[in-house]
Amino acid sequence: MLINEFLLLGAVLFCIGVYGVIARKNAVMVLMSIELILNSVNINLLAFSQLHNNLDGNVFALYIIAVAAAEVGVGLAMVLLIYRNRKSISLDELSEMKG
Amino acid sequence: MVVAADLNVAQNIGFGIIAAFMIAGAINVVRSSNVVHAALSLVAVMAGAAAQYLLLAAEFVAVTQVLVYIGAVMILFLFGVMLTRARVGRETDLNNRSWALGIPVALLMLGVMVYVLIDGFGDDHLEPAAQVSTAELSDSIFKPFLLPFWALSFVLLAAVIGAIVLARKD
Repeated sequence: MLINEFLLLGAVLFCIGVYGVIARKNAVMVLMSIELILNSVNINLLAFSQLHNNLDGNVFALYIIAVAAAEVGVGLAMVLLIYRNRKSISLDELSEMKG
Repeated sequence: MVVAADLNVAQNIGFGIIAAFMIAGAINVVRSSNVVHAALSLVAVMAGAAAQYLLLAAEFVAVTQVLVYIGAVMILFLFGVMLTRARVGRETDLNNRSWALGIPVALLMLGVMVYVLIDGFGDDHLEPAAQVSTAELSDSIFKPFLLPFWALSFVLLAAVIGAIVLARKD
């Protein structure tokens, strides 16, 4: 197989995830788009691991999976806190830091 | 350029089917007007990613992907959707006012990445998969990567405690 098949799949998923992060207003949907981005990075790491016949890429992929789990846990806790305080998880309304 | 005889046809057909499935799922994640449908599409993308890991001969990572993402992370997402009382049906205001800005940004980024990848890795072939044995992988984690592994354990512990502290009602 060509390595580019996997790399291009990763690039397409990454760009779809970036679009989701920019376009979505609902905080849970933004977190889902971030998961898409992390998955595309994992595909790239494993493809390079296979290309160079080296296990380090697999180890990095496992670490990314663990960090993604931690990130979702903290992120959803923050979303719940925002929802409890404001009865809404729309990111457009979180504008106190605007000057 | 690559001639067809160089390619492993069965693997390529499998890759193409799974990749199309994943891209359709990913587009549905960012396009759907129903939060629960988007979450289920995300499950499809993650399952497809696990299948791609198997094609890349990384069986342990594939199993971990199924356990952690499809098993744990998706349950967290569904809890998040339910606890923030998203409506189960269609919603009209999931997108920003300026959502259309995302399309040129994503397309520009995709164009640059496709150009660079094709320029850089034109027709590099993956060797026919040397199976990654889980024993070698664990040797790699617990010998050269032991310190990052410990750090990661503390990250997970901190995340768990942080999530509890943030989300508890007092």
